[in-house]
Amino acid sequence: MAEPLIEVDGLTVRFPTADGGWSTVVDGVRFAAGYERLAIVGESGSGKSLTARAILGLVPAPGQVTAERLHLAGRDLRNLTPSAWERVRGAEIGLVLQDPRFALNPLHRVGRQVEEALVLHTSLGRAERRERALDMLDAVGLERPRDVYHLFPGQLSGGMGQRVMIAAMLVARPKLLIADEPTSALDENLRRQILQLIADLAERHHMGLILISHDLQQVADFADEVIVMFRGRIVDRRGARDLAHSSNPYTAMLWNCRPSAATYGTRLPTLAAAEREALDDRGA
Amino acid sequence: MTAALELDRLSVHFYNGRHDIAAVREASLSIAAGTSFGLFGPSGCGKSTVLRVVAGIELGWSGQVAAFGTPYRAGQKPQGRLRRDVQMVFQDPYASLHPRHSIRRTLEEPLIVNGIADARRVAAEALAAVGLPPDIAPRTPNALSGGQRQRVAIARALLLKPRLLLLDEPTSALDMSVQAEILNLLMDLKAAYGMTLLLVSHDRDVIAHVCDSAARMRAGLIEAILDRPALAAV
Repeated sequence: MAEPLIEVDGLTVRFPTADGGWSTVVDGVRFAAGYERLAIVGESGSGKSLTARAILGLVPAPGQVTAERLHLAGRDLRNLTPSAWERVRGAEIGLVLQDPRFALNPLHRVGRQVEEALVLHTSLGRAERRERALDMLDAVGLERPRDVYHLFPGQLSGGMGQRVMIAAMLVARPKLLIADEPTSALDENLRRQILQLIADLAERHHMGLILISHDLQQVADFADEVIVMFRGRIVDRRGARDLAHSSNPYTAMLWNCRPSAATYGTRLPTLAAAEREALDDRGA
Repeated sequence: MTAALELDRLSVHFYNGRHDIAAVREASLSIAAGTSFGLFGPSGCGKSTVLRVVAGIELGWSGQVAAFGTPYRAGQKPQGRLRRDVQMVFQDPYASLHPRHSIRRTLEEPLIVNGIADARRVAAEALAAVGLPPDIAPRTPNALSGGQRQRVAIARALLLKPRLLLLDEPTSALDMSVQAEILNLLMDLKAAYGMTLLLVSHDRDVIAHVCDSAARMRAGLIEAILDRPALAAV
């Protein structure tokens, strides 16, 4: 196999606590991924989002990031200067966030925001930038991209806003796209559409994709490989097709604990205290 | 047998300074004692407003409301037994618990106000009933997880041994595994206390898991009452 696109080993993120100690929120995470679609799944406090932030150099102060290995396409991302990080973000790695209402600048028109990555990372002229932006708005499934180009974020619906954010992240053709809960702010019927769009675009543009989510069943349909995190550690990793039959008690519980008409009158599966402790001690 | 809750042409209007907005329009329903009833529909359909009327928070309404045969009076806070019989658990356990009060104080206060003896012991029992260890009693809510806070809110609602428990999106701020734990807890407590549940949620799966019957609301109207086969068919 060729060199992996992203290689992470011993990734640890910790924050100082009030009593002078450290709270470790990502604890020795190790994975490698190529151009397949990888999902990192976990609940609040699992460290999934901070793992993604660490890959982007976006862990906020006073958080501290250490790693034995943190490579993107063979390049060491540890100890980059702030300006070197700025060349990585947007050009090499794109990040799609949960809520376009907060991620897009409300005072700038769509076109300017989609073109920003081209201004920062390419030497394209104005007309070429505009053409690339319009192509991208079309590629993310926005009707009448020429009209959308001139709109402000406040004039977009949630689904349109998320498509614009995806366009802005893909326009500079990054090698890796990280989508952090990209559909959690959207209505149920839009979620599948947007996830499908992200998965299709990643494949078409030959990008690696890391999908961060709390929803195991949903990502299973859009990922090849799934990593399950619990309290800062990876506790399970397997192919998406095998998730329903995972022998790991936490993965099995996450898979089966969703309520529905079929679970009426039954108890939902939960982690027994002993299983929870075992997960805490062991990690994987 | 008296119904746990009866609404007859309940209407609620809000006035925003320019327009009259009908949040609830002639909603009628009846909930049999000991059952679980769901109210669901999109944002703004009026489901939470119905709950707030039954909780005695929203007083500006018309129509008829009665719990266990005792009528409510529009414009007045519920009196007497109703104040103990009907309790509510809110969506956001971060906002519904006093941030500076210890869990013990949060739980003992309603007991003391209602003149119930032995408040400390009753509060400790309530904590145990929702599966929390006694050593969290001196802590404040910020030292608890979201699931633990929601358990405290449920413990507080159960202190006065309510017969009708109102639940406003009780799990939508929680992780999926914590949601499972809280739903299990609610079903256990309902069986143990013989309570009636009125659950408001935007999540049809949660309604379908919990409820014996449910009302679908849209734009202030009750569109349909769904029985168990109808809930299972969705």
